[in-house]
Amino acid sequence: MIKEYSSITSVSGPLLLVEGVDGAKYEELVEIYTGTGEKKRGRVLEVDKDRALVQIFEGSTGIDVQNCQVRFLGRTLHIGVSADMLGRVFDGLGRPQDGGPSIIPETMLDINGAPINPTARDYPNEFIQTGISSIDGINTLVRGQKLPIFSGSGLPHNRVAAQIARQAKVLGKEEAFAVVFGAMGITFEEANFFIQDFTESGALERVVLFLNLADDPAIERVSTPRVAFTVAEYLAFQKGLHILVVLSDMTNYAEALREISAARKEIPGRRGYPGYLYTDLASVYERSGRIKEKKGSITLIPILTMPEDDKTHPIPDLTGYITEGQIILSRSLYRKKVAPPVDVQQSLSRLKDKGIGKGKTREDHADLFNQLIACYARGKEAAELSVILGEAALSDLDKIYLKFSEDFEARYISQGESEDRTIDETLDLGWELLKQVPRAEMKRVREEYLKKYYDRAGKAVETLHEKKEEEARKEKKKTTQKNKKTPTKKQEKTGKETKS
Amino acid sequence: MRKGEIVKVSGPLVIAKGMTGSKMYDVVRVSEERLVGEIIGLSGDLASIQVYEDTSGIGPGEPVYMTDQPLYVELGPGLIESIFDGIQRPLDIIRDQTGDNIKRGIEVPALERDKKWQFKPLVKKGDAVGPGDVIGEVKETILITHKVMIPPNVKGKVKNIAGGEFLVTDVVCELEGENGKVELTMLQRWPVRIPRPYRERLAPTVPLATGQRVIDTFFPIAKGGTACCPGPFGSGKTVIQHQLAKWADAEIIVYIGCGERGNEMTDVLLEFPELKDPRSGEPLMKRTVLIANTSNMPVAAREASVYTGITIAEYFRDMGFSVAVMADSTSRWAEAMREISGRLEEMPGEEGYPAYLGAKVSAFYERAGRVKTLGKPDRQGALSVIGAVSPPGGDLSDPVVQATLRVVKVFWSLEDRLAYQRHFPAISWLNSYSLYLDDVSADLNKLVAKDFTDLSKEAMRLLEQEAELQEIVRLIGVDALSPEDRLILEGARSVREDFLHQNAFHEIDTYASLRKQYNMLALCMFYYNKAKEALAKGVAFSDIVNMGIRDQIARMKYLAESESEKKIGVLKERVEKIFEKLIAGEIKREGEDEETEAEEADEKVEEKMAEKEKKEEET
Repeated sequence: MIKEYSSITSVSGPLLLVEGVDGAKYEELVEIYTGTGEKKRGRVLEVDKDRALVQIFEGSTGIDVQNCQVRFLGRTLHIGVSADMLGRVFDGLGRPQDGGPSIIPETMLDINGAPINPTARDYPNEFIQTGISSIDGINTLVRGQKLPIFSGSGLPHNRVAAQIARQAKVLGKEEAFAVVFGAMGITFEEANFFIQDFTESGALERVVLFLNLADDPAIERVSTPRVAFTVAEYLAFQKGLHILVVLSDMTNYAEALREISAARKEIPGRRGYPGYLYTDLASVYERSGRIKEKKGSITLIPILTMPEDDKTHPIPDLTGYITEGQIILSRSLYRKKVAPPVDVQQSLSRLKDKGIGKGKTREDHADLFNQLIACYARGKEAAELSVILGEAALSDLDKIYLKFSEDFEARYISQGESEDRTIDETLDLGWELLKQVPRAEMKRVREEYLKKYYDRAGKAVETLHEKKEEEARKEKKKTTQKNKKTPTKKQEKTGKETKS
Repeated sequence: MRKGEIVKVSGPLVIAKGMTGSKMYDVVRVSEERLVGEIIGLSGDLASIQVYEDTSGIGPGEPVYMTDQPLYVELGPGLIESIFDGIQRPLDIIRDQTGDNIKRGIEVPALERDKKWQFKPLVKKGDAVGPGDVIGEVKETILITHKVMIPPNVKGKVKNIAGGEFLVTDVVCELEGENGKVELTMLQRWPVRIPRPYRERLAPTVPLATGQRVIDTFFPIAKGGTACCPGPFGSGKTVIQHQLAKWADAEIIVYIGCGERGNEMTDVLLEFPELKDPRSGEPLMKRTVLIANTSNMPVAAREASVYTGITIAEYFRDMGFSVAVMADSTSRWAEAMREISGRLEEMPGEEGYPAYLGAKVSAFYERAGRVKTLGKPDRQGALSVIGAVSPPGGDLSDPVVQATLRVVKVFWSLEDRLAYQRHFPAISWLNSYSLYLDDVSADLNKLVAKDFTDLSKEAMRLLEQEAELQEIVRLIGVDALSPEDRLILEGARSVREDFLHQNAFHEIDTYASLRKQYNMLALCMFYYNKAKEALAKGVAFSDIVNMGIRDQIARMKYLAESESEKKIGVLKERVEKIFEKLIAGEIKREGEDEETEAEEADEKVEEKMAEKEKKEEET
């Protein structure tokens, strides 16, 4: 039996207190009819004897304490899901927004889902080719992973996300990903950018969009990622599709959560965010993954803008504790016009080791990326040194590294927005760049791969007088068998010492 | 069954009236769905209940059933190789029953009820037995002989006992007690919040070898000791916990995944049955109990999970085993406490954490220890606890870190700065400490070599000197240092890169025996001391640091355990020879030969390594 009450006693922010309620349930769905006949929806946050505290999704504008009717629906928030949802646009609570017909649900699902049993999980280890070198080569994404993009205001995180959504595929199997996109508090232009992008690439028919824009009720945002995941779970684990969930922007989500928490006068944790922010974020993020014996998978890319680019802010901090790595965008690279400006040193994909190598990408992948990172780090050190002491103070080897790191940024990290590199192209480009560094420096690569890839990757750039002299030294050694101290050795030493 | 009635629901907290007669920490069943809950507060006839399952759809007026029992765990054969949730429900069986997602209101016994175990009695009719006495044993896995003990509150005379195949619930022994007959099964229950009793606490003086060089050599933990490893995300807390679970020299491992990632537990579940214990050669899973309450599972059960884990560990300790508990991460446990405390509207302490946070944390770690157990025959058991802490932003002033540091004796400080440099394990050698160092040094020296701890102290001094010198280098550059100081930098770099750095994912490097650790460090220091001597005798600094043999020193970590002793010995002799020649000034004439010889040897080693790597790949 559905019960209706007009006994609202107080309204504060997005919360409503209804008294004299009989049998309200925790998390129960509520409909509120304002005096003007407008319908709003909400859910029960707390029940205490006959009082129910209700959170209104659409915000409390237009609600008064005299004329409003509150109806308790006797069920928790469910949404109807169907495979027909692909290609459609919905609002943040799953109501059609594109003028199309309403969905005929195949089944109704609770938006809170149920935790995946850890014993049912399958370990994510299938390589996803995103076509972006800095991700494929260095911070490899695998199917079922949760890999957030940590960005800042003004950085092109949306373009990166759109490029991934457009280009992502699993090698060998030409199955495209279906995308479930949850927008929380982003602007119309940003949302429109994604829609345009999906339309142009013809991907729109395999995309489900849930839009809660900046001017939509903030409280609704708390449900948006859950609605998105409910649909994603249905498509992945019941319909066997591979789903890429993109959530933008988690910072807005966390702020909505904070708003509710503040209205309930809860004891705040760090920076005013509720103490359960970690648990709450986990209940969203952990819904992604793979399940044994199920064909589909959910890969999650949440986007968040770090306030003041501060990685220790609670939102990126707690996200990092839940997700399997992070892609960090760098403002300084962006200023250098590197696109996408991925900070490869700070970014990390925790699952990459399981997704690369023979049979997945290529045998040399692990050694290669270690070597690239090592060389790039050394080049960055040299760059710092040259800022302080001037480039003239660098050793010859450091100059080589400096040049390498510049080329690495300009050619490897930077690529066009429409450039879709295959993994082989990415790896070969890595070897090509390494070619400018002397072979003796390839300490992290196995000899067999050096022979197979380094030596093969075209002729070494002959700026390496060190290498020449090394040859000269060997020559000398053969002929004279005396006086092994050649200038080469000394130069190598100075190189080594600056490093230490 | 007596029952009360719900009056309030707020997330995982439910308040019920009509609960007179129930006790604190009693388990109740909430609503007709029979969700598991625990009483955490009483006032008049009202009880505050934390519910271990999702409470959506529950409301006032619904019943609360009292069980009059505290939250307990089931102890008996069948624990090993299991994976439980925070309140000891077996997750694999839940999956068989309800599918891939965890539904609520499931009642599954913790220990398998229809599996028969071969029980071998160790006492006979007429024997007087008391608490903790071993009455029989069961071969639980190939590694573990499970001892069936008299529960701590029972005593009497054996009236009947028989061997054979039994279920855990079958009566295997009848006692004539003071108050009549007592029937004993292999299964016993124990409340999780009460530490299991023992006879006597012993000082932890035996080192717990972990196979991790930075830990064993510099910051060792004792059997029965406590340690914590706080660090920001990405600094490798979980990898360290996994490494310890894999290689620690304990007979039983209880791994508690408390509020962490689901995929990490999957990783453990897939990897542990494959990995072999270096001592027994058996799969690691055969000595492991897993507790998995991942971050998206109910928050109150997360609070209980650490107690469930440590109670199971105590039970194995009582059998006389050396047990190690890994709790990853205690911060999530503390956060669960904070959430419940907030819902109870308690006055908060720091950062919203309850004022009793410190007390709870110390009480938990204090359950560790090396003990003489109750009962006959005399046994000694040890329970070591290693907790990961995840402070927000890596900030060590976090209340959970501070509360933990006040009680634990070993602090492994994980730093992201090291992680970015890809120096793993990213344990800072400057900020970490171990208060067991003096307690275990006698044992270590006896076990490994008599100068083991002296050597580690000497190496640590070198690392400290390096840190001081680095300050100067940062200001005025490395060229301004004297050759002696530059040699210190070189020596310390060798200790850092050749010794401390350890690759958890390399088949050989992932584990190093104490003996290998000693040999490696001894060689690093030998090289440094010889170099210092040579420098004093007028050998040029550049000649010292550019020896070909240094590459081989750097590769010694990849030497297999079986050959490492010999090969490192050979290396040492060669280092000695080279230095002798350097000092004698002969190297200029004869060095050429020496160099080529060394190069040839290098190549041989390289070839071998390549072959090995090939083999690894093939497998």
